Amino acid sequence: MSLLKVGNLKAEVEGNEILKGINLEVKPGEIHAIMGPNGSGKSTLSKVIAGHPDYELTSGELEFNINGKMQDISELEAYERARDGIFLGFQYPIEVPGVTNIGFMRESFNALCEHQGAELMGEEEFRDFVKTKLPALNMSEEFLDRAVNEGFSGGEKKKNEILQMLIMNPRLALLDETDSGLDIDALKTVADGVNSMKSKFNAFVLVTHYQRLLDYIQPDFVHVLYKGKIIKSGGKELALELEKKGYDWLIEESKQ
Amino acid sequence: MSFETKIKEEYKWGFETNIEREEFPKGLNEDIVRLISKKKNEPEWLLDYRLKAFKIWKEMEHPTWQYSTIPEIDFEDLYYYASPKGTKEAPKSLDELDPELLETFEKLGIPLQEQKRISGVAVDAVFDSVSLGTTWKEDLEKAGVIFCSISEAVEKHPELVKKYLGSVVPPTDNFYAALNAAVFSDGSFVYIPKGVTCPMDLSTYFRINAKETGQFERTLIVADDDSYVNYLEGCTAPQRDENQLHAAIVEIVALDNAEVKYSTVQNWYAGDKEGKGGIFNFVTKRGICKCVNSKISWTQVEAGSAITWKYPSCILQGDNSEGAFYSVALTNHMMQADTGTKMVHIGKNTKSTIISKGISAEQSENVYRGLVKIMPSAKNARNYSQCDSMLIGDKCAANTFPYIDVKNPTATVEHEASTSKISADQLFYLQSRGVDPEKAISLIVNGFCKDVFKTLPLEFSVEAVKLIEMKLENSVG
Repeated sequence: MSLLKVGNLKAEVEGNEILKGINLEVKPGEIHAIMGPNGSGKSTLSKVIAGHPDYELTSGELEFNINGKMQDISELEAYERARDGIFLGFQYPIEVPGVTNIGFMRESFNALCEHQGAELMGEEEFRDFVKTKLPALNMSEEFLDRAVNEGFSGGEKKKNEILQMLIMNPRLALLDETDSGLDIDALKTVADGVNSMKSKFNAFVLVTHYQRLLDYIQPDFVHVLYKGKIIKSGGKELALELEKKGYDWLIEESKQ
Repeated sequence: MSFETKIKEEYKWGFETNIEREEFPKGLNEDIVRLISKKKNEPEWLLDYRLKAFKIWKEMEHPTWQYSTIPEIDFEDLYYYASPKGTKEAPKSLDELDPELLETFEKLGIPLQEQKRISGVAVDAVFDSVSLGTTWKEDLEKAGVIFCSISEAVEKHPELVKKYLGSVVPPTDNFYAALNAAVFSDGSFVYIPKGVTCPMDLSTYFRINAKETGQFERTLIVADDDSYVNYLEGCTAPQRDENQLHAAIVEIVALDNAEVKYSTVQNWYAGDKEGKGGIFNFVTKRGICKCVNSKISWTQVEAGSAITWKYPSCILQGDNSEGAFYSVALTNHMMQADTGTKMVHIGKNTKSTIISKGISAEQSENVYRGLVKIMPSAKNARNYSQCDSMLIGDKCAANTFPYIDVKNPTATVEHEASTSKISADQLFYLQSRGVDPEKAISLIVNGFCKDVFKTLPLEFSVEAVKLIEMKLENSVG
């Protein structure tokens, strides 16, 4: 049974085709890494799966497992996809001045609860719940009462994304360059967060430039994206090869 | 920008109360002024005051410096006085009011009857040109607080009214101040005696009901030495196709160590999406910190009216006195707002704070205009101003006109300004966390306004948040 199925997917923004026929299948319990040079469409792919309204799907399939059935999600709004279990960790998390981090997370958490018919959480109960997630991420409680991402350092923003992911506990987490701009300690912390959530019921798609994240999170599959297409898929050894040889040999290979 | 704006058409306060009314003939002349004064059994001095003001008004030209486009107003085609019939003699208690009127206010969420009245807030209910009455009167009287309609104050406390009426906003101040001084009908009067902290919040609720009628109410608040009062103002009007004029004056006087907090949630009918109808809200609000250590703060949430044109201001005359202006002005559809404040520093060590948040959606125009004036006498005066604008969609506009005039070198004046736009990325971020677009906008907007909302009393702040949410409902698709 799949969790996510992307079939020959094409997408454009303002008339420019960015994704030119992507095929990707993700099953529960798997970790996929999407790599590739700048401008290959990696970030676009994660945004398209999460439902960014700026991107138009022109053809192909986008299916997600909802209630045990593969369903077309291409027409669902981003918030509906989130409620059904898709999470996108942002490369550049957005600041929301005046809105407390914890208030925002509770809004989000309760939106998910409501959708799933679960009981909503009150303020205090929710704070206690969130507090249990902080030590693993090396975050202090003070973060909860600050405005969402406002004045956060790059590393703090990324940790905050992982915190939100742990709270929302999605079935599919798309992490868009979560490793960029992190020092080695923060990178480990982020990886620990991912590994602690990993189970046979959920899956991760990591968009990354560098092999180093994959030292801490073991991918089952590595895909190389180039000019809107996956030109090579393999196991984690592919990432190591890329680290050594760069992308050029693959690009050459794909042209033949 | 892939989200397009839609329109919220419903204005739930737009109903009309069918009640027999009494009004004077349309148009404005000396006879009408005399008639209003006579109707209210006013003393000679007040009639003189009105007639002088009328003369001044007649000589004045309508101002043209405002940013808003104001259609020409035919002052001869307005009613200057309207009242529900039978309210000439004030009812002994609010329970005796016409049930239609009681129901109107109940619908507006302001029950006036003895058993239902809101605890902790005394309300003066003003319907068209008259005050219907005031709740919690006896309790306030025990504390020595005078809270009644201005007409009643003229009758019962003429010395106070005579002393302070027009002392902050004289008829010569501006076109609409002169007009108001000539034809003002009703409004609230507050006097807090020396050393008294008003035992409850005071509130006036203004309701325009009658057609083609101008509302010209007048509020006067005097806080004597060492006193404190928290005053709230709310306003709504029926939904009509024609514009209606609301030209009020609010004057505040704070004496030694006195503190007055004045909060407004303005939700007059704003017209439809094409800009048809709606209230012209042209109001002069000004307070004077007359003596040492006094404080006046204005908080306004301006969410209605076709055109809002007002600058609640503070004259900081007493040494160490403080003025504050906290404002959220929201415009959508075709609404226009030209609003801000004036802080005039005269006394030593005077301090002022200005926090203005403008939100524009649709094709609306939102202007912040402010003046910080430091007079030569204002040694060590300090001002901090922050003016932020937020745009929703790409057809609206925001402008900021800050004027700073410093005549004392020891003064410190700071001004910060920003303009932001709710971007598709910001909305997407919130949505990717399961938050629907409407909630996302309201979170962003409420976060933006937080510094102002937190200065409102709790119930008002809840109401303000709801109002802003409702006004922006469906503004993103």
